[in-house]
Amino acid sequence: MVRGSSARGGLRLEAHKERSTRDPIGMAAAPSTAVLPLDQHAGGAAVPIVAVGDTVAIGQPIAEPAADTSAWLHAPISGRIVAIEPRASVTRACAPALSIVIDNDGREMRHSSARAIEDFLSLEPRELREHIGRGGIVGLGGAAFPTLAKLERGAQASAPTLLINGAECEPYISCDAMLMRERPHDVVHGARILMHALQAQECVIALEDDAPRAADALRAAIAQTENGRIRVQVVPTIYPSGGERQLIASVFGREVPFDGLPPDIGILCHNVGTAAATARWVRDGEPLVSRIVTITGDGVARACNLEVRLGTPISQLIAECGGYTPRVERLLMGGTMMGMALSTDEVAVVKATNCIVAASALDLEPRRREMPCIRCGNCAEVCPAFLLPQQLHVYARATDLDGLERYGLMDCIECGCCDYVCPSQIPLVERFREAKPRLATHLLARDNARAARLRFEERTARLQRLEAEQRQRLEEKRRQARRKDA
Amino acid sequence: MTALIAFVVMMSLAGLSLLANRAAANGADAAARARLIERINDLLPQTQCGRCTFAGCRPYATALAEGSADINQCPPGGDNTAEALAKLLGRPPKSVDPQFGVMPPVPMIAWIDEPACIGCTKCIQACPVDAIVGAQRHMHTVIAADCTGCELCIPPCPVDCIEMRPATTSATEVLGASRPHVLSG
Amino acid sequence: MRFPTAAPPHVVVPQTVSKVMRIVIYALLPTIAVHVVFFGPGLLIQSILAIATALATEALALHLRKKSLQQYLTDGTAIVTALLLALCLPPLAPWWLVVSGTAFAILVAKHAFGGVGMNVFNPAMVGYAVLLVSFPAQLLTWLPPDVPELRTEQLSFLQTATTILTGQLPDAFTWDAITSPTPLDALRTNLAMGMTMQEAHASPIFGGFGGRGWEWINLATLIGGIALLALRIIRWQIPVAMLGSLAVCASIMYAIDPGAYAGPVFHLTSGASMLGAFFIATDPVSAATSDRGRLIYASGIGVLTYTIRTWGGYPDGVAFAVLLMNLAVPLIDRYTVPRIYGHAKRP
Repeated sequence: MVRGSSARGGLRLEAHKERSTRDPIGMAAAPSTAVLPLDQHAGGAAVPIVAVGDTVAIGQPIAEPAADTSAWLHAPISGRIVAIEPRASVTRACAPALSIVIDNDGREMRHSSARAIEDFLSLEPRELREHIGRGGIVGLGGAAFPTLAKLERGAQASAPTLLINGAECEPYISCDAMLMRERPHDVVHGARILMHALQAQECVIALEDDAPRAADALRAAIAQTENGRIRVQVVPTIYPSGGERQLIASVFGREVPFDGLPPDIGILCHNVGTAAATARWVRDGEPLVSRIVTITGDGVARACNLEVRLGTPISQLIAECGGYTPRVERLLMGGTMMGMALSTDEVAVVKATNCIVAASALDLEPRRREMPCIRCGNCAEVCPAFLLPQQLHVYARATDLDGLERYGLMDCIECGCCDYVCPSQIPLVERFREAKPRLATHLLARDNARAARLRFEERTARLQRLEAEQRQRLEEKRRQARRKDA
Repeated sequence: MTALIAFVVMMSLAGLSLLANRAAANGADAAARARLIERINDLLPQTQCGRCTFAGCRPYATALAEGSADINQCPPGGDNTAEALAKLLGRPPKSVDPQFGVMPPVPMIAWIDEPACIGCTKCIQACPVDAIVGAQRHMHTVIAADCTGCELCIPPCPVDCIEMRPATTSATEVLGASRPHVLSG
Repeated sequence: MRFPTAAPPHVVVPQTVSKVMRIVIYALLPTIAVHVVFFGPGLLIQSILAIATALATEALALHLRKKSLQQYLTDGTAIVTALLLALCLPPLAPWWLVVSGTAFAILVAKHAFGGVGMNVFNPAMVGYAVLLVSFPAQLLTWLPPDVPELRTEQLSFLQTATTILTGQLPDAFTWDAITSPTPLDALRTNLAMGMTMQEAHASPIFGGFGGRGWEWINLATLIGGIALLALRIIRWQIPVAMLGSLAVCASIMYAIDPGAYAGPVFHLTSGASMLGAFFIATDPVSAATSDRGRLIYASGIGVLTYTIRTWGGYPDGVAFAVLLMNLAVPLIDRYTVPRIYGHAKRP
């Protein structure tokens, strides 16, 4: 465990959240056709359990988790499965991914077999975790890591601390802030469920100091539950304080080991949206079929937060917000720092879609012409992983894998802080992303070689031992034979 | 006076660094040599395939340390390994000599056609890294993750049921699995 | 609807190298102004010559290296190099001195190493050092500061220009009459002749706390340096460590024998102390790159500056101290890699 340091680095960025938080969360219309990529969570893609032509109801499971880390997928609308085929997907940067396509029959039929559990404490923690997994719950902060896998890992720690992440540090994104403001009871109830599932002793809900209304709402909701083990902690608004490792550093003053995960230091981190989705699944029996999406940017007529069914095309959301303004230039999923630029709006909302920014020139600050690095060190100052991006840049250019490893390329979280401050306008994150697979291949080959060497050495020793034993037995036999002769 | 002191100090520093350099280069004692062999062995891919004409990676490392082998004899390590060896041993870089073998463009691992396997255990005995499991008169299987692709199991097989197939684990998968969950995962 | 894609982040600061260099040039203006007040218009002519040479040689080098003139000539780095070199030269130094020094700095110290961002040594200091070892007499011929006690006949702007361009003084002047050593030089010579510090300080070229004129130039540089700090163009580590270690060395020796060694305040306000600390050692390309590395790097400059000034062969030591520590930068960088998040030890 690494101690004695807290969060460092990071940037103070303009939040750009006022526009999208003026109105309460609205309800987006159900799409006429929902497209659901099977790989919309981290890990293995889900496997369809319905066939083309089947009729499904809202909340009905349509794909089951693959053997390894994976998640359930449920129908967000009622209707008929019209295709299971590759469709353009945000999960693959608008390239096709195998998806289930449902045509809406408009009847809003609900799947009946889901059960609502009011008293979740009556369930065994293990049972509860499995139940959460069946709700198709994944991390809603953007990584879409299956919650069940994370919970199982976290449950191995004894009495872990649950950290609910409401630090929405990326500019433009406000879906978590709105959720905490309007549905604090869902968040707190979800936190309690997760605490029980983990047997956690303590829960911290962390959020940034630029969301005081959300903090007040959460405090009021906690007071109503009379649960003394849940508390709210406000952290400074510094990008990327919402990064799991960075948030743990700023809340607990401890670091997650580079080769480990938060449960290794007794902490498990879940997004506020994940907690709320867990509450809705366990308490109301409603699986993860919709989520809150922020639609904002100068390129869209009306900025707002909408509760959106999974599979809704982004073009439909934009139309509901009054369409594009003539100034629109770029379409982002996520915020301006880490968001992915989409090449088309004919792609569907997935579990990881937290924000859509229709960006105009006002929202973007494009890169100027790249100059050589002048080693100013601004990048090192803002790096939340305490790396020296200026040195990594040199090694990445020379593909010096030893240098890249030594200077911690694999510890880069791709937050873009270094890129943001670079006076030479070097696309550092892009370079690092290109270099990472090469280094990963190198490290993998090296690890494999080390393992092979160990097995080889063990084998050699074993063979020698066997040979020695055999010789000894032979010797023994000869000696006995000699004794007989004598 | 000051100049004299400065001169003496500089000269002694230069002398010291020269001595240190020589000691390192000579590797005078056996321990230093063993360490060198260890460091060379660490750079080798540990396939134990013998393509280098030595009986395995360590014998090749020993020959390299003694200067009786060249750095371009390891096809599985490829030019990366040759380059790393050149750097470590201070020799001019060279690419791998194709006379020692040419590697396929994608990493290959052994695969046993299980219905055809007669369970003779010859491949198990040939595998230097214990990557084949099975017992007498039972079919054998390659543990894909442990296979180094050395091809040593292929010649002993009496029924030719082993073939090399592209490995499936790729670095992108490893990278995907270890990718940190940035920003409120 | 279709959109163009781009890699994140989608916002970056609108900062550029040329903007940074422009700010550095503005921050040098107080120094230049005070310099002109005390030493006449020579610096202005030297600066113009240096900048013209720098731009011409930079253009030539870029052309030879087949680089974009438009992109690199406008980055301002050559102008900063030229200004720093001009500030180090005597106001009446002949034109070929500044021209050859600047050309060497740009062609050899900068472009032979790969241009902007690649230079191992600070180009301005390489240019200065080459001139200093080649033409020591010309470089140590300074003017007295323009203060009542030391006032000699002043050269007009035109006379200054002719002197620089021809190397000949106007008829009414003689070199002996109008030149004077710098305070650091005078102190060295006087101490070497066996004077005590008090006797040496009796000379009117010493002012309230440093050398006459020089103390104010250094204060002006300090103001410019603080502006750079406030604008976050430079970080505190290098100036603080360099001035700190210089002051500590001076204090120790002064405490041991105040009669033989100058005090810390004199050292801090003499010669190129402030210029070195805020404008020269802070050249990021040739400096160490981590915070800890910068502390070590700049402390080394401070110690070497003091050593060369006090016991070395030249009156000021900033240039050689910077170059020597530039040489040590790869080593410093190697051993000062910061600890990475989640790692117990430094790599």
